[in-house]
Amino acid sequence: MPTSTSAPRRRRRPPTNPAADDAQLLAFYRQMVLVRRFEERAARAYTEARIGGYCHLNLGEEATVAGLAAALDPTDYLFATYREHGYALARGIAPERVMAELYGRTDGVSGGWGGSMHMFDADTRFMGGYGIVGGQVPLATGAALAIEYRGGGEAVVCLLGDGTTNIGAFHESLNLAALWHLPIVYVIVNNGLGMGTTVEQASAEPELHRRAAAYRMDSARVDGNDPTAVYDAVRTALAGARAGRPYLLETVSGRLKGHSVVDPAKYRSRAEAAALAAADPVAAYAVRLHGAGLLTDELIAEIDADATATVAAAADFAEHSPHPDVSTLFDHTYATPVPNDARRLPGEPLFPVPANGVPA
Amino acid sequence: MAKQQIPLTGAQQLTIGKALNLGLRRALEDDPKVLLMGEDVGRLGGVFRITDGLQKDFGEDRVLDSPLAESGIVGTAIGLAMRGYRPVCEMQFDGFSYPAFDQVTNQLAKMHYRSRGRITLPVVIRIPYGGGIGSVEHHSESPETYYAHTAGLKVVTPATPRDAYFMVQQAVRCDDPVVFLEPKARYYEKGEVDLDAPVASAEPLFASRVFRAGTDCTVVGYGPTIRVLRESADAAAEDGRSLELVDLRSLSPLDLDPVYESVRRTGRLVVVHEAPTNLGPSAEIAARVTSECFYSLEAPVQRVGGFNTPYPASKLEEHFLPDLDRVLDAVDRTFAY
Ligand SMILES: Cc1ncc(C[n+]2csc(CCOP(=O)(O)OP(=O)(O)O)c2C)c(N)n1
Ligand SMILES: [Mg+2]
Repeated sequence: MPTSTSAPRRRRRPPTNPAADDAQLLAFYRQMVLVRRFEERAARAYTEARIGGYCHLNLGEEATVAGLAAALDPTDYLFATYREHGYALARGIAPERVMAELYGRTDGVSGGWGGSMHMFDADTRFMGGYGIVGGQVPLATGAALAIEYRGGGEAVVCLLGDGTTNIGAFHESLNLAALWHLPIVYVIVNNGLGMGTTVEQASAEPELHRRAAAYRMDSARVDGNDPTAVYDAVRTALAGARAGRPYLLETVSGRLKGHSVVDPAKYRSRAEAAALAAADPVAAYAVRLHGAGLLTDELIAEIDADATATVAAAADFAEHSPHPDVSTLFDHTYATPVPNDARRLPGEPLFPVPANGVPA
Repeated sequence: MAKQQIPLTGAQQLTIGKALNLGLRRALEDDPKVLLMGEDVGRLGGVFRITDGLQKDFGEDRVLDSPLAESGIVGTAIGLAMRGYRPVCEMQFDGFSYPAFDQVTNQLAKMHYRSRGRITLPVVIRIPYGGGIGSVEHHSESPETYYAHTAGLKVVTPATPRDAYFMVQQAVRCDDPVVFLEPKARYYEKGEVDLDAPVASAEPLFASRVFRAGTDCTVVGYGPTIRVLRESADAAAEDGRSLELVDLRSLSPLDLDPVYESVRRTGRLVVVHEAPTNLGPSAEIAARVTSECFYSLEAPVQRVGGFNTPYPASKLEEHFLPDLDRVLDAVDRTFAY
């Protein structure tokens, strides 16, 4: 166990990602448009009752998604919140598997069990979306401690919302990370609101990144509508984290729609909504790249058409993916066999526990 | 809740959600020490709009928008109650009550006992619970067993608009902590409520109630399963079988005298809840009925409930939740002996 007095134990390697070049600037844009189109399609599928439950979208958060994901090494770990579709895509999970999960189908990243809030994919080191606010924060901290013990050069990035900074688990985690010099970057995605409650109404220190001071942790606030700013900030933060200096980064962006698809966001004034739409990060970034000569009208149309086609294919795939079978209802409750485990639905055949305890 | 303009007197057709809203309104009017607190309960009126309009009418000091901090919400409610207030805390969903579990079980439940009766904690914890809304874990849980298992807490759950309206007021007036479980999938069900009737005219808070007389088999449920019981009795009647239905209303304390009385007549009992049957409320009820009514029973007590798994994928919840078929199967089983 690292002790409170131990210095950072080892020099980790410097960041591998170079500063964003032109190709990267364009890649940000592609990523942002994909997330935008994906989320719009998800919202549509929700209103068509193809997606149920609660569904939280990254609309307005696209620049943060793109910048953050590009700054991670493939071996880094990402813990997300329930607002995770975009991050799952950007981490490299196939759009059709993300969409199928939203549809609750077996080809989804969580086999239809997670739905919108609980995607998980070990291959891409996407360590999950979490439906309990703050639930992921101590877990991410533990994963960082595991890196420390196992001696890798990886780092953990843990996403959380502005509202989440008021829950005890956040403070407990930051203290542990600082005390033990863990390779972790906590990223507060500040969209100004936790459901209908503003940051100012909920946080005695509304400059959320300053909360790091309580743990002598490095921190910064950055424009979450600018993918390059987010990219640079995450790279800086990761470099510190890999050297044993955990980091608190705050990205500031807007939430273009309600808290979830069903929330009409009536608590927001018309003027506020209009201001948000005017600051739309995808449109603003297109204008910027256009001005820099990187984007043409034709390229914009092409990128849009690509994203739209990808998303349509994902929805089609999801639509045709099978529903989970009722015989799998009991699987995976436990990792080891349970004697006399009742795996039976009333009036239906017994689903036997295989001899090795591992369901087919 | 849609913004229905409802006259606040006379007999009204109300949803369970609106009845809770009006019950809380009455509680705030009746006692200046009553406070509501929770995430988004004020300006937004709560995720299910149960506290809609109350902050506007009673002010920010009576209806407090709390930061996202369940443990902090319940903990501060306890502190307020120690100094004479009657806080009503809203947890947005069942699964979100668990971050506050520490305060509820370690402080709220034990303070009266620990202080040898010098401190009373008239705190109400409102929790929308149960499944059937197409959502997954955390949003569909049935946590009643945890709370009912904890001595020092009282646990109640209304199933009709009338009960919702009166029981929430009675819970606020109770000097013990009350975990008030609201069947969220039923918020929109309607029924008549007499808004002029005084709280004192309602049945006692902790009493169960036979709500349909029958002769062949007793079926007990509460909260979200009451509708299932009604449907089952209708279907059974078509087959010439008469079910007697009991709404428990209170899970702690359990009021089982009406159940014993019923089982002595019918000789058969089925207990229905969404919570997993494994060590669930039906286990306790079966044990007590078996010892009280042993010689009257024609068959072992049958149980219908959730399985011993976490709340499943949304596409499978219809298999997890008790429904008409499963209840009637269980009734059939009581006749198979
Ligand atoms: C413990 C817990 N309490 C309450 C909720 C309900 N809830 C879900 S999201 C949310 C607001 C979170 O706001 P923020 O952290 O700012 O994230 P955002 O939704 O804005 O991305 C609330 C109150 C929850 N999921 N878990
Ligand atoms: Mg937020």
